[in-house]
This record gives sequence, structure tokens and C-alpha cells, in this order.
Amino acid sequence: MDELMEILEEICPDVDFESETALVDDKLLSSFDILSIISEISDAFDITLTPAEIIPENFNSADAMWNMINQLRN
Amino acid sequence: MKSILEYLEQSAERFPDKIAFADEKSQCTFAELRTQAKKAGSALARRGCIKKPVPVLMEKGVDTIEILMGIVYAGGFYVVLDAAQPAGRLGQILSTLEAELVITDEAGTQLLKDIPRAGETVDFRQLLQGGTDDALLETVQMQRQDIWPLYVMFTSGSTGVPKGVVVSHRSVIDFMEEFTENFGITHQDVLGNQAPWDFDVSVKDIYAGLKTGATVQIIPKQYFSFPMLLLDFLEERGVTSLTWAVSALCIVSALNGFSYKVPGRLRRVMFSGETMPVRHLNYWRRYLPDAMFVNLYGPTEITCNCTYYVIDREFAAGDAIPIGRPFANEHVFLLDENDREVTDPGREGEICVSGTALALGYYNNRRQTELAFVQNPLNQSYQELIYRTGDMGSYNERGELCFASRRDFQIKHMGHRIELGEIEAALEKVDDVVRSCCVFDGERKKIVCFYQGNVERRGLSLALGELLPDYMVPNVFRQVEEMPLTKNGKIDRNRLWSEYNESLLKRKRRI
Repeated sequence: MDELMEILEEICPDVDFESETALVDDKLLSSFDILSIISEISDAFDITLTPAEIIPENFNSADAMWNMINQLRN
Repeated sequence: MKSILEYLEQSAERFPDKIAFADEKSQCTFAELRTQAKKAGSALARRGCIKKPVPVLMEKGVDTIEILMGIVYAGGFYVVLDAAQPAGRLGQILSTLEAELVITDEAGTQLLKDIPRAGETVDFRQLLQGGTDDALLETVQMQRQDIWPLYVMFTSGSTGVPKGVVVSHRSVIDFMEEFTENFGITHQDVLGNQAPWDFDVSVKDIYAGLKTGATVQIIPKQYFSFPMLLLDFLEERGVTSLTWAVSALCIVSALNGFSYKVPGRLRRVMFSGETMPVRHLNYWRRYLPDAMFVNLYGPTEITCNCTYYVIDREFAAGDAIPIGRPFANEHVFLLDENDREVTDPGREGEICVSGTALALGYYNNRRQTELAFVQNPLNQSYQELIYRTGDMGSYNERGELCFASRRDFQIKHMGHRIELGEIEAALEKVDDVVRSCCVFDGERKKIVCFYQGNVERRGLSLALGELLPDYMVPNVFRQVEEMPLTKNGKIDRNRLWSEYNESLLKRKRRI
């Protein structure tokens, strides 16, 4: 989780990933941010995201992203 | 034809009940669009806005097209502004325009409160409520000329101030006649609009729709992060034709969107804005083998595009996809450093353009206008303006024009045209930054910022976020003890660049 937080804070230093739970719905992340996140977590955790995973629900919070990463790693 | 309103009026006669524009929640027919636009036009004409800029701070959508056409009915020209850009930049643009009013919604009204001298804010709904004053609109129509501006689009400026490209009705008509004819766009098409309306890629969607009677389906911006939403939208709305920024097409291929769904009616894909990576083009062609693919080239200053290349053969990774040949009524040629024409294959020259397509220059910026729009050095006999694009190109063995590189420090990143100088000018405004230099890592698609000064990279990134749009904030920050200098005392970009590359290699070896 620490590694994920580091990636997220690097990409969007002005977003509070600890507490936000509507990152996509409240438009806190731009489309460029989301693409950067997808690319960085794919590399860092050696996973491949398919269109089925790339949905707003999986990116609304750091927890949601972490759950998705863990499911893909298993 | 004196104005693009004739496109709207003809389509409103031919297809009154057909959907002209639709967004996520609403839609309007061609007849409704004409009616609403005339209402807004009447309200604006009463204020008097002939040949004046009218800024519009609204998201793209059905309401927005009604307002834009209203501005045109009133004889003014529209300037669509992105609400997501920092207040400081918005303020710079508004002060360049010296506009008396800004048309916006509630969110925009709040935003503008923090901007000094933004002018009066007018709620767009207010403009659509009144009646139509046909006599008043007729007096505007009587004065109309095709050299009146239609819109202004702002692009990054190397001095730190964005430049507003002014484009006339005449140039847009000149381009649209060729564009729709060349690629066979008709009323049976459904155009999937990706480009934000403060980008001139959107001009092709808006006016191809108005001219031919094709429906424009406005795709919500957020869908471009989520391939399932995007592809469902294209399928459900029956989209047949895309004119997108390269970066938008690459999102679909990078996220392997077609593994989920291939829109069944899609038959034409056109792209521009930057060089299309062959790997991504081949992905699209594999899933849409029967579609027409077109590479379009040209800066905003020559009205959308000046050359095109219809993909007619296979390309392998590393091949250059040509930018092809000029649209009719445009002259596109190469000049070498001594202003002599380059015609032999393989030799580079600056891409220059002449024709009706040339913009009217930069708004309230005579100096920059005179630098870029100049007399054709090959013509000593009479006035013939050309636009010097700053892009270097060459002909291949087939006689097709190919893009080579930039002559200066302008880059293309995420479909945006960016002057590295504008980023450096913003860095100068950050306290504690002593010197800075930005370079673009084209391979990794990252803007790299080198800076000298006692400031943390997080703080720097936050400060820049207040001054620049998201896409201009550097992706990598490197603090240096001292800037390396060349013999002439300028920052040594090449040395910074090679040190950066070495450090990346070292990191790779460690892993």
C-alpha cells in the first residue's frame, strides 16, 4: 500500500489520497492522471489491466485501487 | 457564401427535425439550434458585438453550440475557454481579449469572481430566454463580410503569455468545402466529437456537422479514461466517423479497448495533433480493417489542417507516416535556412503555407503576428502572405511530405501544443527557483524540469499547478546544484539531457 501511495502522490501531489473516496466522480483526477496511474501501477506491480478493470469504481479511492491490484496479483 | 451561418440555415431547411448535436443528457435538432441561436443572437446584438470577441466559459455541449451560433448571428466571434485551467492563465487570456462580457454558467461565475477585470459575467440561460429580433439580425447580416473573425483559439506562447489565433469565416468555409468533399462526409454520418472546443480539432466536427447535416455526438471528457464507457457510447450512438487527437486514439489502443468492443458502424478514423505511433495505428487497423484512416497535419494558424494522407499501405514500427499532400486551394512548401525552396527528396526545410486558410494573426499581438505571418520570400512582385509553421519537413521518395521535427522549443504532449518557454516563464514566478530549464523526453512522453534552488519537488509541482494547465506541469523534476552553461553563457540543454539519460540507464542497471 505504501508503494501505491507513493506512486499516487508523485502523480497528483495536490490530492488527499488518504481520505478521498470519490476521486473520479468528483473529478479530482484528470484523464491524464488516470492514464499515468494505470501505466505506473502496471509497471510497479507487474499486472495487466483490461478494459473490464478500468472503470470509475476501481479508481475512486486508493483502497479501491489497492483491492484491484491485489485481485490481479492473485 | 459570407458566413458559416449559411451551413446552419441550409441544414435547418433540409433536415429540420434531425438531431444536430447531442451530448450525454440533451440534444437539439437543426431547426431548434437555429431558433435558439437566433434568440441568443438577438440578445447579444442588442448589446452590440459586431467584430468583437465573446469569451464563453462553458463545457462543450448542446447549450454551448447554441450560444456559439448566437454569437455568430450577432456578428461577434467566440472564444471558448477551459474552466480547468488555472485562474492566472484565464486572467491573461481575458486581459488579452479586453472583452466586455463573458458568457458562462454558475460554476464559471464563481471562478471569474477571483479574476480581476474579467468583464461582466452573463448567464447563458438568460440569453436563450428572450425572443428573436429578426430586423436586428438582418441589420447585422447586411454588414457581414467573410473576413470577419469566427473564433479565436489560444495556444501556448514562448514568452509566457498565450497567443490567440484569430480565424475568419472565409478560412473555415474554404477548409470545410474541401474537408467534407475529400473524405465523403455526408448527412448519413454520425460524428463522435472528442476534441475540447477550445481546440481547433473541434472545428472539423462542428462545421462538418452543420454543413452536411451529420449529427455530432459530443463525447463526455471523462469517458476517455474508461474504455468501456467510451466504446459503449460510440456503439449506442451509432458513431461512424472520428476526427480525434492522436493522444485520444492512443488511449483506446494503450488500454486495449477493442478487446471489449469494436463499434459496429465506425468507418472513418482521422487523426491529427502529433505524430501517430505506428504501433497504435496498426492496432486500430487490425480491429477496423475496412475503415478509412487519414493522417491530418497543420497548426491552428492555417485553419485546422493544410495537408492530408489517406493511409494506403502497411507501415512497420519506425516508419514515418507521411503528412501527405496539400488540401486544394492551399500551397504548402519547404524553405531552407536561406529562404530557398526545397523540392528534392530527403532534404529538410521549414513547412510554409499560403492561401485563404491563413488566420488573421494573433489577437492584440502585432509583434508575434508579424514574426509568423510574412511575405513569401519567393514572391518579389506582389503581396502574398505565408505562415511559417516552425515545423521541419521533407519529401520522401514518393513525393509525399513528411514531418521531421520542430525548429524551436515547442513540443506536443498529450495532444497539446506547448512552448517549453511558457513552462520556464512560470517556473521563474515560483519563489526560491533560481534557474530552470525544461526538456521533453519524447520517447517516455515526459516533460523533464531541471531546476536550481532551495525548493522541494512536491512544492514546486503544486506551485506550478496554480500557474499552468495540468498538461504543462512537468512530470519529472530534477534538482541541480548549478546549471551547466555553454560557452555563450546559455544553459547547456544538451548536457542536462545526456546526464538525465545516463541517470536513467544507471537506475535500470541497478534494478
